Parts: sequence; structure tokens; C-alpha cells
Amino acid sequence: MENIIEVKNLRKTYKEKVAVDALDFTVKKGETFGLIGPNGAGKTTSIECLLGIKKRDQGFVKILGFNPDKDYKKIFSSIGVQFQSAFYPDHIKVKEACMMRACLYKDVMDYHLLLQHFDLMDKKEAYVSHLSGGEKQKLSVLLSLINKPRLIILDELTTGLDPQARRQVWHYLKELQAQGISILLTSHYMDEIEYLCDRLMIIHEGKRVFRGSLEEAKKKFAYEKLEDIYLHIVNKEKKNYENIINPL
Amino acid sequence: MKTLLTLFRIEFKRSIRDFSGVLFGLILPVGLMVLLGTLYGDQRVEDQGYTLLQQAFPGVITIGICATGLMGIPITLSAYRDKQILRSFQVTPTSPFVLLMAQFFNQMIFAIISGLLVWLAASLFYNYSMIGSIPHFLLAYLLVLFSIYGIGMMIASISKNVNMANLLCSLVYFPSFFLSGATVPYEIMPRGLQLVANTLPLTHGIKLLKEVSLGKSLFDHGLIPMALLGLAIVSVVISVKTFKYDYE
Repeated sequence: MENIIEVKNLRKTYKEKVAVDALDFTVKKGETFGLIGPNGAGKTTSIECLLGIKKRDQGFVKILGFNPDKDYKKIFSSIGVQFQSAFYPDHIKVKEACMMRACLYKDVMDYHLLLQHFDLMDKKEAYVSHLSGGEKQKLSVLLSLINKPRLIILDELTTGLDPQARRQVWHYLKELQAQGISILLTSHYMDEIEYLCDRLMIIHEGKRVFRGSLEEAKKKFAYEKLEDIYLHIVNKEKKNYENIINPL
Repeated sequence: MKTLLTLFRIEFKRSIRDFSGVLFGLILPVGLMVLLGTLYGDQRVEDQGYTLLQQAFPGVITIGICATGLMGIPITLSAYRDKQILRSFQVTPTSPFVLLMAQFFNQMIFAIISGLLVWLAASLFYNYSMIGSIPHFLLAYLLVLFSIYGIGMMIASISKNVNMANLLCSLVYFPSFFLSGATVPYEIMPRGLQLVANTLPLTHGIKLLKEVSLGKSLFDHGLIPMALLGLAIVSVVISVKTFKYDYE
């Protein structure tokens, strides 16, 4: 199957600190790939390096078959990216946020259709600052779809959302999967990864500790839930780990 | 071009909705013009061939430049960084510089509207007419505008975070607002304060505008226009060199 993202031996250091080391992974067409790890593990840095907006020290990256150092315009025309903790300008209305994003691309969808589909049509004239957390995140997903992308990258999309809003966002992501759009996402919610991702990679201190499908992870670590696997991996000391899963 | 226009339209609407911008950029200078017009009537400056109003007019007209250049530009740009808006532009095929350009034009149009309103109020209600050459005055006005905007862009670029940008803005804006002759006439300040005022670029800008508006040619002041132009160039170069997409 066609590789949408191909990363080999990615390395990035900040002065003394190694942020990302020897990362390898591929995301195939139509696949949803989850990147998980504790805060500071290097998830956001990996995304920034593979997009070429941070300079990598080492490694080979291809997105949609293009080299991000040379053909970044071709890549950016066909992908949608939602950064962690991205905000909107002050005093901007929903429809203006849509127009602002749409005017950056040559080939776009009518944003009214997207508003309708995401159930935000009645908020078209509202100020973005007046939307609820869930509505704002729906708007983020919507905006990253405006250029009909083949790949979307979502960094901690649902952090801070209530369960209901999170489910709503999941529902839309499932629809995108059905349309064959590839998704790379990071999250701290293991149920989200279990529900959405075909494959996942766990990184810790910039290094890969596991890569594969959920089934493979369960087999390898002999736990039923991803959360237990995750905690097992990031807590090297067994004692420490037991304290966390069984605080009583 | 279409992108620039769309962004400009949205940025312009956003600034109209921002109350503090409208207050400091539009209401305040026009209000001050009305106040000075009422106070001065048609009193003349002793032994000179012009009225007090003709002497004060060029100062009031720079308040819009001050509000947009030393508040509007640096605060908007640092908010763009803080809210990761420049970074989200970075992963589209359009350069974030298009947004910066739209913002620059937006602030400039705002300042020009402010100036026109002041001019209109002065000439309609208080019979103001310019003694000097209007084209020379407009050239001098643009020169002052570019140099002040250069300072604003430099503040935005060299600041390490939003708080620092706000602090630097206030440190430059308030002295310029009160001491440069924009609001309080330079002529009535005590000698010591005039010395302080002379360290502000805007003071020299206003002196230039005054002399040109009272009949001298722009080209009789070789040094001041050159210095303003130099300041504009140097500050733009510094702001480009220290430009960053987001705060670390």
C-alpha cells in the first residue's frame, strides 16, 4: 500500500538534549497512526521535524512521496495540520476563520458544506471566542479539511474536552477514515488511541519503545488495556508502576 | 493578491471590533482636535503668521500613527506568535509574510483614516487650512509613519514573549504620546522636558511635519527626513533578522 508518511532514522537535538532519536515509522494510505508518550517525549518535535518547520539533525522524511525540504508547497497544499494549543485571533467570527484558512489554498471546499456537516452552520456568524471547547475543536478539524487534504495531522486534538465533545470529534474522525484520509495523531487518552488508531508508536525520551498494532501490543506486554501497557512501559521500575495502577 | 485582500478585509474588521484600538486610534485624536479647536478658536501665535491650531494640527495627526504603529502592530504580531497563528500559516502553501503584509496595510489604512478624520474635523469646524504644500506634508507623513511602524515591528520581533512586547510598547508609546508634541504642544513644555522629548523619534517627526505644514519645503530639512528614513530601514532590518514564528 502507498506510503503517506515515511520517516527513517529521525534525530533532533536541542543543544545538549536529544529530543528525538532514531525514529522510524510509516503511515499508509487510509491508516490512522497514533503517536503516544509522556509530556516531553518528543511527539510535537517529531511532527515539527517531519513537516520541516523545525530542522532535523538527521533522517529521511517523505510525505505524500515528496521531500519536505524541497517540495514543501506541494505537501502543504495537500495536508491539514492542527497544532497543539493553537488559538484563534481575537474578534474573529467563525465564517471569517473559515475564509482566512480557505484563502491560503488554490483548491478548496466550500466551507458552508463543512459547517453544515460539522453541525456548526448556526454558529457561522458567531465569534470564535463564544464557542464551547467542543465546538472550537470541531472548528479546528473542519479548518484542517478545507483544502481537501489526503493526510491530516492532529496534535493533542481532544485535550481539555469533556467526554461528550470528545466523542463528537471521534465520530468525525471515523468518517474521515472511511473516506480514505490518513491521520497522524498524538493523544494522552489511551481510549482514544484504542478507538481510532490502526497502529501506534509509543515513544519515551525521544526513543521508540513500541511500534505496531494494538493487538501486537497486547500480545507483547500481556495486558488487556492500552493504558496498562503504556504505564508499564513508561514506568521502568516495577514498584513505581504498581503504585500507580493500584494506589490502594 | 486575492489572498492578501481577503486577509486585509478580515484584519480590518477585527481592528474595527477592537475597542481600545478605535478609542486610541480614532476617537481620541478627533476628540483632541475638537478640544483644541474649541480652546484655541482663531488665536494666533505671537509674532507669527499662523494660528495656534495650525501649529498644533501636525501633532494631533500623528496620534493615529502612534496608536497603530506602537500599539497595534507590535501587540497584534506578538499575539500571532503567542497563539501560534504564524505557525499554522507556516504549514500552508501561503507564506506567513502575506498575513504580516495584510496587517501592515490594515494598520496603515487605520492611521490614514484617523488622520483624515482629524483633518476633516479641523477644516470643517475650525476653518483649518494648511499653509505649506500638501504633497510635501503627505510625503513627510509617510516618512514618519514608516519610521514609527519600523520601531513597532522591531519591538514585536525582539520581544521574547507577549508580556515583554506589551512592556516595550508601553515604554515607547506613552512617552511618545505625551512628550513628543502629539497631545501636549511641544512649545509649552519646560526646557528640561523638551530635552527628554528630543530623544524620541516622533518628536522630530512632528517637528518636521509642523515646519512643512507651516510653509517650509520638505527638502529644507536634509537631516531629519534622512534620519527618519534611516531609522525605518534599520528597524525593519533588525525586525526581519530577529523574526520568529512563535515564542519558545
